[in-house]
This record gives sequence, structure tokens and C-alpha cells, in this order.
Amino acid sequence: MGLLDMIGPVMIGPSSSHTAGAARIAWLARKIFAAEPERAEFGLHGSFAETGEGHGTKKALLAGVLALAPDDPRIKEAERLAEEAGLAYAFREVELGDVHPNTVRIVLENAEERAVIYGSSLGGGVVKIWRIDHFEAHVTGAAPTLLVKHVDTPGVIARVARVLADDEVNIAYLTSSRDKKGGEALMSIEMDRPLAEIPLAYLNHLPYVLWARAIPPLPEAKPG
Amino acid sequence: MNFADLAKVPGPASEWVLREELEETGLERGFVLEVMRDRLRVMREAIERGLQSDAPSVAGMVGWNAKTLWEAEDPLRAPLLKRVQAYAMAVNEENARMGKIVAAPTAGSAGTVPGALFGVADHLGLPDERLVMPLVLAGGVAKIISRQVYIAGASGGCQNEIGSSAAMAAAAVTELLGGSPEASVHAAALALQNTLGLVCDPVGGYVEVPCVMRNGFFSVHAVSAAQQALAGVRSFIPPDEVVLAMAKIGRLLPPELKETGRGGLACTPTARRTVARLGGTPPDCDDPPDGG
Repeated sequence: MGLLDMIGPVMIGPSSSHTAGAARIAWLARKIFAAEPERAEFGLHGSFAETGEGHGTKKALLAGVLALAPDDPRIKEAERLAEEAGLAYAFREVELGDVHPNTVRIVLENAEERAVIYGSSLGGGVVKIWRIDHFEAHVTGAAPTLLVKHVDTPGVIARVARVLADDEVNIAYLTSSRDKKGGEALMSIEMDRPLAEIPLAYLNHLPYVLWARAIPPLPEAKPG
Repeated sequence: MNFADLAKVPGPASEWVLREELEETGLERGFVLEVMRDRLRVMREAIERGLQSDAPSVAGMVGWNAKTLWEAEDPLRAPLLKRVQAYAMAVNEENARMGKIVAAPTAGSAGTVPGALFGVADHLGLPDERLVMPLVLAGGVAKIISRQVYIAGASGGCQNEIGSSAAMAAAAVTELLGGSPEASVHAAALALQNTLGLVCDPVGGYVEVPCVMRNGFFSVHAVSAAQQALAGVRSFIPPDEVVLAMAKIGRLLPPELKETGRGGLACTPTARRTVARLGGTPPDCDDPPDGG
């Protein structure tokens, strides 16, 4: 843990794991969904379900899905803002098995799309999205991340890595997961800097790429 | 770098903390300092809002204490004492009403460092810019502690949170007032060893009671440690050994006293009645809820 984690994050109280962490997971979930959600359902597991009310966990989750930054003071008005934005939402307690005690399952939907996103708040505001739909994933918001959903066919990872290499983007972390052989797969690629717009658009045009999305780092990591 | 190394550096301790951070992360010096300035601004704003507000917190147990103290007569005629603790409580009351704060090192202990640093600086008429490097040192102290323990009440009790924040604040105030690296490190050790064994037993699991006033008390505690260290008082137990003692005590503390809301103040009859009134399930405690 570095200096900026010790004097930070800048956050809305009262709890770094139950408020700031929750807001961060939901903010990342919204970026992963990449569209305007019409409905959001939050499944609260473990300590998220138990202490959620007192720590503003529900407001923080809702605010994140509304794309409010984790240090936005309007987090405490999240219910009203959701109503204004026409976002339907529900909270329920869920038992997700042997996962981190501070875990949430976020389901985001609109007329065209549906995503089921699992994230955990690991302490001190550090978070990790570890599952998206049927796929293992790795999104922490600590660095720019590229998600690529594609057909499970030989050479896709090499092809995507080539596009990144041509843009001189260094890969810090890469994980890939598929639902079944020859089915669909998801790559999570954490990078030292974001991929430029044109190579990203190029990736989205590849025939075996279903979509490629750039997930920015968490917004409050920057000063100002 | 551990405390023993940091005590021996030539020149300001904060400079060495900063150099180590830049080496570890590859970040630019200017960037890190700008982040620190930004965090000081957020701290300052939280103090200002907190001193003016008497709006109740999420669970309604706190929210007016900083303002009450700040606006009261001061029969002790000890303006520094009043300022430091009112500032610290202001930050934690903002935190408890879902205001914007800087976790330092955690949200529950967020008031101690700004309370001590801004309290002393305002008392002496020092500009905020002078606090940038002391804040870096505060972060460095937390980094050293975090190599031995998880800085979380759930991990080792409140000593891990408020003990860390008090050690950070003590070192920072010592450097602000011209103390040597050795003095800063001993200020941290003195502050830390006098929080050992402190349990994490917040009422209903809310970061309100005793957290808000505790930040007030321990910001004063940090300033006391700085005063002793600046005068030449030293910790008999070497600072790194104090951290190891804290880690051991944290392991010995029962789970009831580590942020589970199942022991200590959280198990008092009033705490259980409060949880029930707020619609929660009161914890199971050994004694009957009416206090016997």
C-alpha cells in the first residue's frame, strides 16, 4: 500500500470498505455495462447485508450505478437521484457462498442488454470486480482496463495483444475465461496507459470480437 | 524503511518517505505533492463544514458535538486544546453524516491527523502549505505500521486505526515544529504505545460512538506526544518493537472487540436499545438487555 492509500482515498463517509468500496464497485459496474441502465438489482452478501444500512452501502451502490464518483457528496441523495433518472432498483440479501464477506452482485438491465457483475470490497476502499456474467474477470479501477468479449477461437489473445503492442500499450495484468470450448470468452487486460480510440474502435470491428470496452481508472485517483 | 532507518536519515524525515514512495511507484514528485495538497484542501473543508453543522449523523447518535465544543466558552483558557479536538471531531462528524473526508488512514480515524495538524498550524498562524511535507511523513508512518498489521479495527481493534492515526499525527506535528527525524519517530512510538489494547466496539456498527469523540481525544494525545518528543523525551521501547507489540495484542483481542458490534460499548443496554430503535437486530450479549 502506497502513500496515497494511507492519506486517502478522498471519500464520502462513513466507512472506507462499506461506503467508498461499495461506491467504487458500482461505479466500475456502470462503466462495464457501458449503457444507461433502466433497472438495477443489488444482491448484498455477508457484511454488506448486515452493516449496509448504517454505513450507507445502499446509497453508495446506487450512486455508483448512477455514475456518481465515489467522492461525490450527492451520494447521500442517491435514492432521489435514481428516481429523477428513472432508474428502477431493488436490494436483496443473497448468499453467494465462499466469497469475501463484503461482496455485492449487481444486475444492470435495459431493453437491449443485461449484465450480472460481482465485486468485493477488500478493505481501505480497495475493490475488485471478479465475475461478469459467466466469466471470471479482473477489474480493480487502479489502472485503465480493457475488457474484450469474443468468440473462443484460436489466436484472439495474440491478435488483441498485437493491437495493444502497436499502440505501445504495456500489459500489466491479463486474465481470460470462457463459458465453454468454442463458446464465448472474456479477456480482462489491465494496462499501464489507456488504449487510444482508434485501436479500440479497430478491436470492436474484428469479426470474432463481440465487444471491447475501455474501463477507466477510478476517478478520485487524480488530484483536482 | 522501518522506524529505526527513518530515525537516522539526515534532514527532514518526510523527504526520505517521499523519495522511497517515488522509487516504489514511479510517480512524479510534483504529482504526489499535488495529491497531498488536494487532500489537505478536502481536510480543511471538512473541518469548516463540521464546525458549522449540527445536523444529525446517519444513526443520529452524533452530529452536533464539534459545533457545541467550538462555540462554547473555554473556562480552561486552553485554545490549542479546544481547537485540536474540535477540528478532529468536526471531520468525524462530517464522516458520520456521509460528508466528504480523507481516510487517514481509515474513515473512522479520519479526524486525528487533520485535527492535530490544522489545529496546531492555525494556533501558531502557519500557512497550510507548510503542512504538505508533514502530511507525507504521516503517510510514511502509516506505511511502516501497515507492513506489520492490517490497518482496520476488524483486524486488530481500534489500536490499529486510532493508534495509527495518532502516531501519524504525532510524527507530522513534530516535523512541522522543527523536530528531527529521530524526534518524529519517537513521537509516533509514544503515541502508538499509549493506544495499545484499545478495542473496536462501535454502537450498532455505526462509525459514530465512540469514534467521533475518540478522534478528538487522540488528536490531543498526538499533540502531547509531539510535545514530549520535541522536548527530548524518548520511547524506552524502540518504535519498531512497539508496532510488533501492537500486532501481537491485535491477535490476542477476542473477535467480540474487533468491529463485530458484539462486545464492549456495543453490548451495553443503551447500545442494544438504540439498535432496536433503529430497526436493527441487537447483538446477543451475556447480560440481560435491561442491564440486570
